[in-house]
Amino acid sequence: MTDFRPNTADDVLETVQWAVSEETPLEIVGHGSKRGIGQPLQTEHALDLSTLTGITLYEPEELVLSAKAGTPLADIEAALREHGQEFAFEPMDYGPLLGGEAGRGTLGGLLAANLAGPRRLKAGAARDHVLGVHAVSGRGESFKSGGRVVKNVTGYDLSKGLAGSWGTLAVATDITMKVLPAAETESTFCIAGLDDAAAAEAMATAMSSSAEVSGAAHLPEGVVGRFIDGGFSGGGRTVLRVEGFGPSVAYRIDLLSRLLGKLGNTETLEDRDSRRLWREIRDCHPFADGSPAPVWRVSVAPSRGPELVDAFRRAAGANVFYDWQGGLVWMRMEADPEAAILRKMIAHLGGGHATLVRAPLALRAAMPVFEPQPAALAALSARLKDQFDPAGILNPGRMAFT
Amino acid sequence: MSGPKMPQANAATLKKRAEIVADMRIIVPGEGVVDTDNEMRAFESDGLTAYRQMPLVVVLPETTAQVSRILKYCHQRNIRVVPRGSGTSLSGGALPLQDAVLLVMSRFNRILDVDYPNRTVVAQPGVTNLGITDAVEHEGFYYAPDPSSQIACSIGGNVAENSGGVHCLKYGLTANNVLGVEMVLVNGDVIRLGGKHLDAEGYDLLGLMTGSEGLLGVVTEVTVRILQKPETARALLIGFPSSEQAGECVAEIIGAGIIPGGMEMMDGPAIRAAEDFVHAGYPLDVEALLIVELDGPQAEVDHLIDRVEAIARENGATTSRASTSDEERAVFWAGRKAAFPAVGRISPDYYCMDGTIPRKQLPRVLAGMRALSEKYGLRVANVFHAGDGNLHPLILYDANRPGELEKAEDFGADILRLCVEVGGVLTGEHGVGVEKRDLMPEMFTESDLNQQIRVKCAFDPNHLLNPGKVFPQLHRCAELGRMHIHRGQVPFPNLERF
Repeated sequence: MTDFRPNTADDVLETVQWAVSEETPLEIVGHGSKRGIGQPLQTEHALDLSTLTGITLYEPEELVLSAKAGTPLADIEAALREHGQEFAFEPMDYGPLLGGEAGRGTLGGLLAANLAGPRRLKAGAARDHVLGVHAVSGRGESFKSGGRVVKNVTGYDLSKGLAGSWGTLAVATDITMKVLPAAETESTFCIAGLDDAAAAEAMATAMSSSAEVSGAAHLPEGVVGRFIDGGFSGGGRTVLRVEGFGPSVAYRIDLLSRLLGKLGNTETLEDRDSRRLWREIRDCHPFADGSPAPVWRVSVAPSRGPELVDAFRRAAGANVFYDWQGGLVWMRMEADPEAAILRKMIAHLGGGHATLVRAPLALRAAMPVFEPQPAALAALSARLKDQFDPAGILNPGRMAFT
Repeated sequence: MSGPKMPQANAATLKKRAEIVADMRIIVPGEGVVDTDNEMRAFESDGLTAYRQMPLVVVLPETTAQVSRILKYCHQRNIRVVPRGSGTSLSGGALPLQDAVLLVMSRFNRILDVDYPNRTVVAQPGVTNLGITDAVEHEGFYYAPDPSSQIACSIGGNVAENSGGVHCLKYGLTANNVLGVEMVLVNGDVIRLGGKHLDAEGYDLLGLMTGSEGLLGVVTEVTVRILQKPETARALLIGFPSSEQAGECVAEIIGAGIIPGGMEMMDGPAIRAAEDFVHAGYPLDVEALLIVELDGPQAEVDHLIDRVEAIARENGATTSRASTSDEERAVFWAGRKAAFPAVGRISPDYYCMDGTIPRKQLPRVLAGMRALSEKYGLRVANVFHAGDGNLHPLILYDANRPGELEKAEDFGADILRLCVEVGGVLTGEHGVGVEKRDLMPEMFTESDLNQQIRVKCAFDPNHLLNPGKVFPQLHRCAELGRMHIHRGQVPFPNLERF
């Protein structure tokens, strides 16, 4: 087992070329904070990008930042904070959920996992904010794609192609991202005691209003006590975040209160408390309990979330909460993940996908972690992998279950 | 124009034309196959009208099954296919080929589903961009990307081109607003990418597909997200003695954490042409005009209007007016929206470019353009999506003067080279098509382009879909597939290992 630790993009190129010539696969890793996600890998060597670091360009007025792939996300976020900016897609931190530390992770990992957070429904995911990459394909060839400007349709957007590819297509060495001003302030409007179906309706009403809600989650009674140090009492909470300039936030909270205030007891969390709540929602805090119990991350049409949970619970025991207006369902299983049942129900409810983001190694080896695809789509994905990495050098098998 | 070199026509296909037309009539019965010169004339070019070519045959299918059968048929017989939506491409993306079936998607014109709780619309690809907003406007919703051709351009074409518009900085391009597609691969396979849920379950094929200019597959259904209309919108019309000051103002607005819904800049020649044409009340004694539109809740917009006005004053604005009604706001925009036809009035012909640059490079690029303008002896007017750095220089020329057209093309190519030189790109929203195809090496190395072509190879290994577009040279996939192995070297031997 060798860990290759490159300091330059040329080192990365050389390592991949060597692996190609030796026909030996590489595990592509940054901080390893998401190493537990995906099908288990069997690679003898690792290409560890945590030594390929540094912000290479940051122009706040141009809303653009470039950094080497192994740059810690924490460093980037600190640099952005100094200028009142952020990644608008609110990348989640998988560390605690997977039994690791908080605050780890690299820019390369952010792109490879296509991270997002509660603001996904308004601001998109990493894929929507990546502007360009430099990378080395599994063929051992360097290439670049995209640029450093927001509006660009010159050639194929391979940087989007790398988003969510879990290091199986190419090794990014330098990544350029769009950054945006962070909101001046935020508040969260909370409604107590709604059941899942009523919460879905309330969230849909809020999202369809002109309140410009930037986070819509439902925390049922079974999990609500785990948020903000047990600060919520008296039933589940449906929580709606508004962000922006002070006068605008106050105005929109008032609008939500007029629209939804009659549904139950309400309260408003201000600035710091609101931030904390949404960070906990983002990082799936209730299930970051140090246990290896299986956790599903399910994406469906928002209105279908509660329906799915209702149907699934008839077959299996699961503790759940909802983000993205109900479209992102986090499920902590009591025992067996019941993958086949869950995926059948998702398909029946109009489609979506379920990823088994946490599970013991043996379970992950025995079932598809990522949503299996229909034959024609799976064949196309395999052809794409083959075009980037014909010899199967980069994270082979991490996404595909065979 | 001089005309781009297109792939050599396949003689075998041309010889079998009658048979192909007959077979198309079996797949698409009724009026869906057009093969006379007279009728095909309407399809011989797109929005880039200088390039023209009659297709082999025009086919207008109505169902996904028909599209699948057409592609499968063509795939089996090695016949090329050029997909086309409304034909509004400004880069020749839908330019026909002599030996290719022109697959026109305009009969796919129905909205299939409107879902307010999930804020999505499912539309057939031939529905116009504006048609989506029209379908949901009565409930207070709209579809955000708004290319200036939105009254005519199709949503399928928007996916192919990753179309933009004036609101991109705040609301994103097509890629950020499309949730899913149904599409047909060149072998006839029908696949679905995404849907009403967020993010893909595997590779982001939807991201690759968006902006692929018709080279990867044919979209037969599109799911987009719709947004609640902002409660209100107000615009500021701000004049500056120089484009440098206007550029500074833009940077400071963004530096203050304000992301306007739209932020447009015009230079002196564009201002004067527009004012002469629509009498929008633009100041004529300024060298740069900014239109800043703020949208959102009333309280926010009023708050920000004051802040933006203050920033403008600090940066030397000589005039500033805030709209107080929607009518007044529309007047502010009227000149900008009519900028192209306005320039059309002061010159027999004009050539519209589409580079994007880092905003702070604007003064350098404008100065460079002035120098080029003198060198070529042609005037240029500029409109600029200032928020996102997308520049539309309009080169004024007269096609009736011998050699002037070629001069305009050379001038345009030089402008795009300048954009790339300062860290920008060849095209912000119009696409590469045939127009900028041969400029791609200005921005990409052969290795960069080869990896892009390999994506094409995963979708369409025989290069049957829309050949001659985007890539200056389409290498054969088998050739690109060969691996060059560098044996024996141990990676960076001097480094510590763990």
